[in-house]
Amino acid sequence: MPAPTKMKARPRSPHLQIYKPQLSSVLSITHRVSGVGLTLGAVVFVAWLAALAGGAESYATFLSYAQSFLGQIILFGFSFAFLYHLCCGIRHLLWDAGYFLEIKDVYMTGKVMVPTVLVLLLIVWLKAYGVSL
Amino acid sequence: MVEFALPKNSKILPGKEFPAPRACKHPKKFKIYRWSPDDDENPRVDTYTIDLDACGAMVLDALIYIKDNIDSTLTFRRSCREGICGSCAMNIDGTNTLACTKPIAEISGAVKVYPLPHMEVVKDLVPDLNPAYAQYALVEPWIKSETPPPSDRERLQTPEDRAKLDGLYECILCFCCSASCPSYWWNSARYLGPSVLLQAYRWIVDSRDEATEDRLDALHDPFRLYRCHTIMNCTNTCPKGLNPARAIAETKKLLFLRQE
Repeated sequence: MPAPTKMKARPRSPHLQIYKPQLSSVLSITHRVSGVGLTLGAVVFVAWLAALAGGAESYATFLSYAQSFLGQIILFGFSFAFLYHLCCGIRHLLWDAGYFLEIKDVYMTGKVMVPTVLVLLLIVWLKAYGVSL
Repeated sequence: MVEFALPKNSKILPGKEFPAPRACKHPKKFKIYRWSPDDDENPRVDTYTIDLDACGAMVLDALIYIKDNIDSTLTFRRSCREGICGSCAMNIDGTNTLACTKPIAEISGAVKVYPLPHMEVVKDLVPDLNPAYAQYALVEPWIKSETPPPSDRERLQTPEDRAKLDGLYECILCFCCSASCPSYWWNSARYLGPSVLLQAYRWIVDSRDEATEDRLDALHDPFRLYRCHTIMNCTNTCPKGLNPARAIAETKKLLFLRQE
């Protein structure tokens, strides 16, 4: 009697490689990434508080880093992560309460949220640079 | 587990080219995923150019045309050809749908056809649905009741209670939605996925079923239900126009309200 043939390992069908990005899934993964950004940004936030508690000299050192080009980029990323996560978080709360779950509403709230985040981001940075609004 | 890249044996290689027949007015390219268990080769994508004048309107018509006229080894599931059996669920032009109800005319450029994403491939466009069926069995998709049925008639429902099943009973279990969900891709060992959760909800809201609390208990689990992050790919892709994401959100709401 021939030995039973071992079944060949089946391949896994492609997924991320072939699936067309949807507005729904792109906004969702951005929410996840901004959450990670917020966690990393919390370290900056604590450093800011620690520098403040350390007195005038340490605070001045912190400010010199924060005002450097790289520091500004990091703060910009942090502020984007905060505002995006806040606005998308509100969207998630509405979904959890049972609202806006039809696809057309999912797209509508997404298309309202993205410009809202950008406008808030603009306001925050205009304020930060002392532009009176 | 999250694994973005494909395993080594699943990497897709360039495949064969089957050129257009001569004197063809409306040629259309079909790029189709191929894998056979009978040799030791990796999956590949074969390109078939067919004459649209010789074949029907839907992607399934093209697949049947290719199998009948160009390459009889091409393997796929099909049965009803009218969107009610769910057999020909596959990834067409980047999203999951039924080949029999997807018009070729809706697709610009080459038609890319893959099996349902992130599943084990049995052959070509045929994925192994056994794990998904096992998850379906887990939610015990049948009526459960202690009360005996009336002796002279069926169990009746009010029109309002019956209406709660609309948008749920139409599901044909093609698994397009589950195979579109990134959360299901990474957690299909423990997350039930949108199609099975929609089915679970169909029995939770059925007024004739008396096991509602047990059904909710079975779902109250960090993985089975709560791996849904409202990504919405499921509802976006459902070929029957159903809303699995809403069914999941309603289930979460019931579990939340039950705590009070």
